[in-house]
Amino acid sequence: MMVTDRLVAIGAGTRRLLSDLGYAARLFIRLLLLVGRVIMRPSLLMQQMYFLGNLSLVIIAVSGLFVGFVLGLQGYYTLSRYGSSSALGVLVALSLVRELGPVVTALLFAGRAGTSLTAEIGLMKAGEQIAAMEMMAVDPVVRVLAPRFWAGVIVMPLLAAVFSAVGIMGGYVVGVVMIGVDAGQFWSQMQSGVDVFKDVGNGVIKSVVFGLAVTFVALLQGWRSQPTPEGVSRATTRTVVIASLAVLALDFVLTAMMFST
Amino acid sequence: MNQRKIDLWVGILVVLGAAALLFLALKAGNLLQINWGPTYSVTARFDNIGGLKADAPVKSAGVVVGRVTSITFDNQTFQADVHMAIDQRFKFPVDTSAKILTAGLLGDQYIDFSPGGSEKNLVNGSVIRNTQSAVVLENLIGQFLYNKAASSGAGDSK
Repeated sequence: MMVTDRLVAIGAGTRRLLSDLGYAARLFIRLLLLVGRVIMRPSLLMQQMYFLGNLSLVIIAVSGLFVGFVLGLQGYYTLSRYGSSSALGVLVALSLVRELGPVVTALLFAGRAGTSLTAEIGLMKAGEQIAAMEMMAVDPVVRVLAPRFWAGVIVMPLLAAVFSAVGIMGGYVVGVVMIGVDAGQFWSQMQSGVDVFKDVGNGVIKSVVFGLAVTFVALLQGWRSQPTPEGVSRATTRTVVIASLAVLALDFVLTAMMFST
Repeated sequence: MNQRKIDLWVGILVVLGAAALLFLALKAGNLLQINWGPTYSVTARFDNIGGLKADAPVKSAGVVVGRVTSITFDNQTFQADVHMAIDQRFKFPVDTSAKILTAGLLGDQYIDFSPGGSEKNLVNGSVIRNTQSAVVLENLIGQFLYNKAASSGAGDSK
């Protein structure tokens, strides 16, 4: 009896896992295919882009500036030991454009915008707004989820680019203005070391992938949350945890694929 | 907030993001230095390429005139074939010699062209045979120690 109970539990767990995965995959593909419907109603998309993008801009820019400062200080400290402080520009630009820009932006975005997406949709569910929409024959996936999803995907590379650009300027301020690395060497070494397609382009691809992952995780958690105060708070926590881990894991996979040679 | 104002702010965000990307491409990246013009291919045979890598610059008089496209090993001559794409605007005589130099003490390696005096120019598919291999630090140190030992040995025998 005990053995069959255990087996039943394992079976039920596997089935639940598979059906959750299947549901998530179907929702993801549906959201991807809804791009046409989203573009047809740009006002919804614009509202979400404003909410997810413009309102995240300050935290992204300030974080980028400070990450650039730290990279400038720390990079100079390490490079000056080997007498190659002129390579500071390459170090700052490559670390920002390839890794830190997309990853830190995605982590901040998950905390700043992902949580609010989850909470908003969870509370819409708790307030039975979603049910009311369905009663009015308005598909909430089209009306609520799709504009948020695409707004997140569009906004993420823009924010990551701002992060990297502001970070490079932060590195410039610390490295050139404060420490006194030669400005010409700083920029020229950076230009010879950073490839537009291999480094900047791959960084943009990364941030698009992170945008898909973080926004989708946030929406799915809100969409599947228990419509109670406790359920919404749990879902919000799960958004941050799952989205951050997904970003870090995806970053490793993407880095291995892009820059392994 | 009305729709017009939201559109304005989103427009500002998009322009800002595009400006940041442009900054990364132009100021931080090498978009302006990429040569989109036509090139011709030249191969040079080296005994030892040291740490030369694909994409390394080919310079003449310090000016970048091309890039290394690929490096292969020739099992017949036991030499390294370095294939280069040279900018069509620059012509070099057939007796041009190629050597592998290092930028600074620890910098990346690049190929330096020293033009010869021939009337005929290198064309697509030409092979440069007059080459000088990369300086391998270990060989230099080995030679130095050998010379040192030899000279001190000679001193002892006196």
